[in-house]
Amino acid sequence: MAQGDYIQLHEKRYGKRLDHDERQRKRKAREVKKRSRVAQQALGLKGKRIAKQNYREKVQMKKTIAMHEESSTRRKVDDNVHDGAMPAYLLDRDPTTRAKVLSNTIKQKRKEKAGKWDVPLPKVRPVAEEEMFKVIRTGKRKTKQWKRMVTKVSFVGPSFTRKPPKYERFIRPTGLRFSKAHVTHPELKCTFNLDIIGVKKNPNGQMYTSLGVVTKGTIIEVNVSELGLVTPAGKVVWGKYAQVTNNPENDGCINAVLLV
Amino acid sequence: MALEEGTSTSSGNTVMCLLTNPEGEPLGAPLYLPQNIGPPQLQEIVNKLLNNDEKLPYAFYISDQELVVQLGSYLAQKKVSVEKVLRIVYQPQAVFRIRPVNRCSATIAGHTEAVLSVSFSPDGKHLASGSGDTTVRLWDLNTQTPLFTCTGHKNWVLFIAWSPDGKHLVSGSKAGELLLWDPHTGKQLGGPLTGHKKWITAISWEPVHLQAPSRRFVSASKDGDARIWDISLKKCVISLTGHTLAVTCVKWGGDGHIYTGSQDCTIKVWETTQGKLIRELKGHGHWVNSLALSTEYVLRTGAYDHTGKTFSSPEEMKEVALARYKKMRGNAPERLVSGSDDFTMFLWEPALSKHHKARLPGHQQLVNHVYFSPDGQWLASASFDKSVKLWNGITGTFVATFRGHVGPVYQISWSADSRLLLSGSKDSTLKVWDIRTHKLKEDLPGHADEVFSVDWSPDGEKVASGGKDRVLKLWMN
Repeated sequence: MAQGDYIQLHEKRYGKRLDHDERQRKRKAREVKKRSRVAQQALGLKGKRIAKQNYREKVQMKKTIAMHEESSTRRKVDDNVHDGAMPAYLLDRDPTTRAKVLSNTIKQKRKEKAGKWDVPLPKVRPVAEEEMFKVIRTGKRKTKQWKRMVTKVSFVGPSFTRKPPKYERFIRPTGLRFSKAHVTHPELKCTFNLDIIGVKKNPNGQMYTSLGVVTKGTIIEVNVSELGLVTPAGKVVWGKYAQVTNNPENDGCINAVLLV
Repeated sequence: MALEEGTSTSSGNTVMCLLTNPEGEPLGAPLYLPQNIGPPQLQEIVNKLLNNDEKLPYAFYISDQELVVQLGSYLAQKKVSVEKVLRIVYQPQAVFRIRPVNRCSATIAGHTEAVLSVSFSPDGKHLASGSGDTTVRLWDLNTQTPLFTCTGHKNWVLFIAWSPDGKHLVSGSKAGELLLWDPHTGKQLGGPLTGHKKWITAISWEPVHLQAPSRRFVSASKDGDARIWDISLKKCVISLTGHTLAVTCVKWGGDGHIYTGSQDCTIKVWETTQGKLIRELKGHGHWVNSLALSTEYVLRTGAYDHTGKTFSSPEEMKEVALARYKKMRGNAPERLVSGSDDFTMFLWEPALSKHHKARLPGHQQLVNHVYFSPDGQWLASASFDKSVKLWNGITGTFVATFRGHVGPVYQISWSADSRLLLSGSKDSTLKVWDIRTHKLKEDLPGHADEVFSVDWSPDGEKVASGGKDRVLKLWMN
């Protein structure tokens, strides 16, 4: 570290050494080896610092080389052959609203007969009778306790008429009656608002099925005519089963997943 | 005239009638006709007045309604006054009658991906199909088995088109390349024709009455231009640029103009020697999906017709094709119909004016496919609202709706005698509709998944359909 400029002054007055350029060249050539030796032998924090710096430089160099090697010829955007071939008139259109065709009516009929189903929710929490029904006291002295009010959501059907109040044992309040369900198609992942045709099976018991109570895990039959499904024989499908996936009495709506 | 003597008989009242042809020109002078005559007698009168050698069949229409009963009962029903002259429009019908297909005669597997387009050759002897597995397959119609598998494309084969002389088949793919095939050997003729940068949406050959043997065809692509290719030079001769968005449909008209419909809502008319734009037809509010020409069927079949004659030389083919085209067209200019995403269709006469002649609303969803009947009298439109609508092919007035499908209707095809209409839909069924009764004739279920493409052979014997379930189905009577 020269203090002052006496080296430059001497160079200005007397010129450089005669072998200056040669010495510079050789020094530069030795730099490479020196750098490598230092990088290999340096220990501790210094070594780590040198290694990190070298790595950073290496990465930068690789990126520059790759950038230069990129060919300038234009390549087609999509070289691979994808699945789900569509004709030209459907290529620019959104395919999410397409529902699938029923693939196997025979299997379905067999399943119906056996009563066995591949359901998305095989096990549900059982609902106790105290939770399901609320005891209604009637009579002049309010001592009779034979009436029950259903506290869960129910489905009654369009032609439902109440029994005479004196004789009806189970009360299904109008506020908890629903006729439509939000049904999701499991493959397309889109949801439709479909009419309920009936309650097929409530896992908590046959009594609840006959009452039409809809709780989590209940199998309901929904009207799918708006999906436009057709059987292989050419008949139009208008009813399919779906399983309820939420607690309708807490949410105020029935969410179900379609059983395909 | 034998029937004129019956005017003063006791058979009942008479009515003054004037027979006119579909364009409105009267045939002879007004006649007094008794009210107990029906279509058969009217047919005899027309045949005599036109001096036909053979008895040709005709259908009669009074104010767009077909006359099937006797005149008297018709007048009583409609309460038409007998004071004024009654105009009866006669329409020539095809001499031959095609039987509706009602059974699936063969289900041929072979493609490993969805079948995207099927097409019969103009003489009806060969059948080709293009699929998502990048192959074009040729099928033997006599044994109903696969004949050739043509590989060579790099991506899905979106469109195939036969040349009107039946000697070449060209297919376009999603990679933007076009390949030429020889249908007799299944071999590729030359290398791929590249030039388009995005996928091919439509192909149309030059009519054979303009040039025989067929040399040129035009292809439309998503990249917004249409290119005219020459197969003997194996290169693109003219590029028709001008559209700003994808060109969805292209048709080569019989008078030598090319019509292209595009997603930029316009239709452009080009001339073919230099590739200059002649007219731009504006009016649609959304994408133009499909175009149809009134002479399309004749241009597609070229010189071949229902008689099944073969031709020895290209010149002979050219003459016969020209005669057929002239007969089909008559004196009227070519009519063009365009179906669009804005739920309407427009009827144009592009040679005359750049304004549309008629607007055809009525569909509740986008119109996917429009097709003129082979005799040019009717126009059918298939839409995503699950219906097929029938329109008058000359004036564009609405005639009837065919409902029955439960899914969007994708493609339609006419039988060669214009009496039956076939439609294929997303709900996996095909339906045959009767034009006379405006009702469903046959329901053809059987496909396991969506039907993408249907075609009725020009000789009327067979129907081929292909779709997402990867099989090709042949239907016969």
